[in-house]
Amino acid sequence: MNDAEIRQAFLEELTTVAPDLDPATVGDDDHLQEDLELDSMDFLNLVAALHKRLGVSVPEADYARIATPGSAVRYLVAALD
Amino acid sequence: MPSLGADMEEGKLVEWLVKPGDTVAHGDVVAVVETQKGAIEIEIFEAAVIDELLATEGKTLPVGAPLARIHAPGEEPDAGSGVIDAKGKVAPPEPARTPEPAKPAAVRAAGTEKTRSPAATDARPPASPAARVLAMEAGLDLSAIAGSGPGGAVLLSDVEARLEALSEAAQETGAKEQVSEAEGKPQPAPPHPTKPGLDMAAMRQAIAAAMSRSKREIPHYYLERTIDLQPATDWLAARNEGCDPDARVLMGALFLRATALAATKVPELNGHYGDGAFQPSKAVHAGLAVSMRGGGLIAPAIRDAQGLKLDAMMAAIRDMVARTRNGRLRNSEVTQGTITVSSMGEGGADVLYAVIYPPQVAILGFGAPVRRPWVVEDAVVPRTTVTVTLSADHRVSDGRRGARMLAEIERLLKEPEKL
Repeated sequence: MNDAEIRQAFLEELTTVAPDLDPATVGDDDHLQEDLELDSMDFLNLVAALHKRLGVSVPEADYARIATPGSAVRYLVAALD
Repeated sequence: MPSLGADMEEGKLVEWLVKPGDTVAHGDVVAVVETQKGAIEIEIFEAAVIDELLATEGKTLPVGAPLARIHAPGEEPDAGSGVIDAKGKVAPPEPARTPEPAKPAAVRAAGTEKTRSPAATDARPPASPAARVLAMEAGLDLSAIAGSGPGGAVLLSDVEARLEALSEAAQETGAKEQVSEAEGKPQPAPPHPTKPGLDMAAMRQAIAAAMSRSKREIPHYYLERTIDLQPATDWLAARNEGCDPDARVLMGALFLRATALAATKVPELNGHYGDGAFQPSKAVHAGLAVSMRGGGLIAPAIRDAQGLKLDAMMAAIRDMVARTRNGRLRNSEVTQGTITVSSMGEGGADVLYAVIYPPQVAILGFGAPVRRPWVVEDAVVPRTTVTVTLSADHRVSDGRRGARMLAEIERLLKEPEKL
């Protein structure tokens, strides 16, 4: 899986959790909880969906490293490397 | 048509899940009704055989209107056993009924605190069930309204005419508060493009009606207490470590669990206020305020929450949040909450002062957990803390009892391993 595919997968799972978001307008530096208004249950659902889709189980201790789409994709790329 | 909350005036029957001749048991889902809170599954609270579906799919009906005719299993359909009341119990027939041809038994469905079944010996003026419900919601005295129905019975149209007259008078004098929210029928709003079955403008109106009623009728008092959340934070981090996401528990589940247990110790905060009196509830049906993406919120209840251990509570919250957002709640879940919890979550405001959801008498507000300097023994140390507020109904309880609730929640959260 290349970086673009991982980014695509992340955005698909994000918009499944938050169907009103338009993937085209989601910025790399948008904060998932503060800017995109995911609550703690949404965030957990996103982490669970990423685990199912990519096989990466992000531990709670690493939540700060997936706080934005940009940092989350970097984290996932590194985890899948 | 059951009342699915203090704020509901009418509902649209979107789907029947039963047909004439079907036998149903207590708790079966018989229909789907679309309301301001989205589509709600309607349960029946009586074992019965369906005789006839009176309401057609797609029709909007006022609260209290009969949906179907049923009879008890083993009885003749025309046994005339009476009206199925709000709680699903068979009551004697009313002295005067709706102007439609008399039906031996009408399902008024379940889950409303508004529609009480009048007894045959009742000395109240004759009125149709729909008229009775509307008058009660609007705070009108039925005996003061001239009835145009059989035997002088007050009909829905009589109550509506009276409300309209009052509304006009109120507008002229500027004293609009005399007329309750029942006067202002929700305006049809364009459906929200991204949320099928959920009309955001209507939901806003439902929230406005319930919260206005709360602030008008309930003398709130407020208490707050900041709690050391470090033990719970550490315990939860250790519990979730190494768990797959599906098996993790959120802090919100600890808050709800602690609240449900604490509520059993302070019965004055758990129940419903209606007809000038408080009815405490043994079971804790814990309402959970769920915010909707795009605005609005719904507070469905997790039933018998006092009996749910932490993992079961987390599973119940997952299920409830998902069904709230998908618009598939059941009527018992939207009407039977006995106390509510509103939780800000991480990154939100420090303190949340919530408004009681009538007919409940208390709501807890959990602010965002925050690191603060905290005194432990004789040293100031950084600790994760949370500020918890209680908004409670002063007609039912006083500050001293309210403080007991917050102290109990603090005690429980300090020993998270016991939750």
